[in-house]
Amino acid sequence: MIKQIGFFIEIVKGSIITARHFWVNLFFHILKLFHIKTKRKGAATIQYPDVRQPIAYRHRSMHRLMKHKDGTPRCVVCMLCVTVCPSECIYVEAAEDPDPEIQKYPSQFIIDLTRCCFCGFCVEACPEDAIRMDTDEIELARYDKEELVFDLDKLLG
Amino acid sequence: MIEPIDILISFIKVIMAMMWFLILALYLTWLERKESAVMQDRVGANRANIFGFRIIGIFQPFADAIKMFFKEDFTPKFSHKFLHNLAPFLSFYFVLVTIATIPFAGDIKIGEKVIKLQVLDLNIGILFVLAMLSLSVYGVLLSGWASNSRWTLLGGLRGAAQLVSYEVALGLSLVGLVMVYPSLKFSAIVESQGALLFGFLPKWGIVLQPLGFIVFFLAAMAESERVPFDLPEAESEIVGYFTEYSGLKWGLYMFTDFMKVLIIACLLTTLFFGGYQVPWLAADGFHFPWGGEWLMSNGLVVALQVLIFNLKVFFFCWLQILIRWTYPRFRYDQLMDFGWKLLIPLCLINIAITGIVMSFIK
Ligand code: SF4
Ligand code: SF4
Repeated sequence: MIKQIGFFIEIVKGSIITARHFWVNLFFHILKLFHIKTKRKGAATIQYPDVRQPIAYRHRSMHRLMKHKDGTPRCVVCMLCVTVCPSECIYVEAAEDPDPEIQKYPSQFIIDLTRCCFCGFCVEACPEDAIRMDTDEIELARYDKEELVFDLDKLLG
Repeated sequence: MIEPIDILISFIKVIMAMMWFLILALYLTWLERKESAVMQDRVGANRANIFGFRIIGIFQPFADAIKMFFKEDFTPKFSHKFLHNLAPFLSFYFVLVTIATIPFAGDIKIGEKVIKLQVLDLNIGILFVLAMLSLSVYGVLLSGWASNSRWTLLGGLRGAAQLVSYEVALGLSLVGLVMVYPSLKFSAIVESQGALLFGFLPKWGIVLQPLGFIVFFLAAMAESERVPFDLPEAESEIVGYFTEYSGLKWGLYMFTDFMKVLIIACLLTTLFFGGYQVPWLAADGFHFPWGGEWLMSNGLVVALQVLIFNLKVFFFCWLQILIRWTYPRFRYDQLMDFGWKLLIPLCLINIAITGIVMSFIK
């Protein structure tokens, strides 16, 4: 019985907490409505498309392929990223590079973003630092699925 | 002999009451979203606009309604078509008619005519409302059964069990009230609440029947099938009686929910918080217990009463939404325990105490 009364008190306390939140936040919302500046805000919300937060330094966004100074892709088609990719969304096809030092260059490099889970393993795996995920592009929604399959030209940017 | 003017007046009253009910229920969806947001330090739906005017998301209910209209209205092949379609309308209808008995304010006098601001002054008002609310259980049962899927069946069974058991507490909690204001008529109950106790305290139901109020409030919350009593719906894991509904029919169920919140607020106001009564306000103005007087015209008094009635209803809507967004759900056995082992004994105690006190006073 005593325990039950204890529960009941806690239940009432709970609603007092939520009610307090309501009135305090409402007060600050009303102040804002009258353009009165206060340090405290009524809500913790960031109005996303209008107000943007800076993206964190170590974020992972849309991929890009790095280039040599002469503009050719840095990728040597070692297939490490293809192997490590858990979603199996990278497809690379090799061609012979005229430079015998390099041996191979990608004639096709396709990333299917509809499958990508943005784990960043491909970036970690690459021995040549040829692929990075630092384009700051995070709004990747498209109307067409086809547009999300990125090929070599698009990835080189 | 019914005069045509009376028919016209009744017609206008029906339309007004229905508009009031439906529009307020529509805006209750907005209130719920906003209130829960403000409680949780969020902003809430604020994007819906007309020509770029947002006005704190005031157009959101219309956006929701339009979305609901254009969604595919899907009836599963395995369901019983006719009953499946009928069920939401049953629920909706039976909740909608309850508004007819709620008195919004005292009488208006226009020339010779005295108009009651109440659609239908039944002398069994309370019973009528309780009966209609119980009939809306059939919508729940039917949807659960006619959808012919196990989740809806589970939801329907839970819903029926819950509603039927809380029906008992809901009815019994009002017995004490009916004993105190010896009437089942809403207008008579509200009128007797205008009287004073010990010369200064308004004779509201909450003062005379505090225990009855608590039990009625809890049972009514359970009747509205919202969190923390939302086992029949169980929105979070979709094992509810309207799992197989989509589009407008689902919207109708949602809407019925909000209408129930509103009607419960109306009932709480009318039965326990003096309805449209303002303390010390009589039909001709204020009469303060310390001797002051402030006479007002009939129109002003009625306007004040309508305002105060709406404010009280608004407060109870607010309270119900607050409760809905504060507490987690009951477990099913706790729910049944709560109803049968706590609320119903409390009702009986309340009736006994009321009887004893009344026998002493008489
Ligand atoms: S981020 Fe992960 S899933 Fe996406 S391409 Fe790279 S390895 Fe594959
Ligand atoms: S791991 Fe780097 S070098 Fe190897 S195939 Fe992938 S992008 Fe090219």
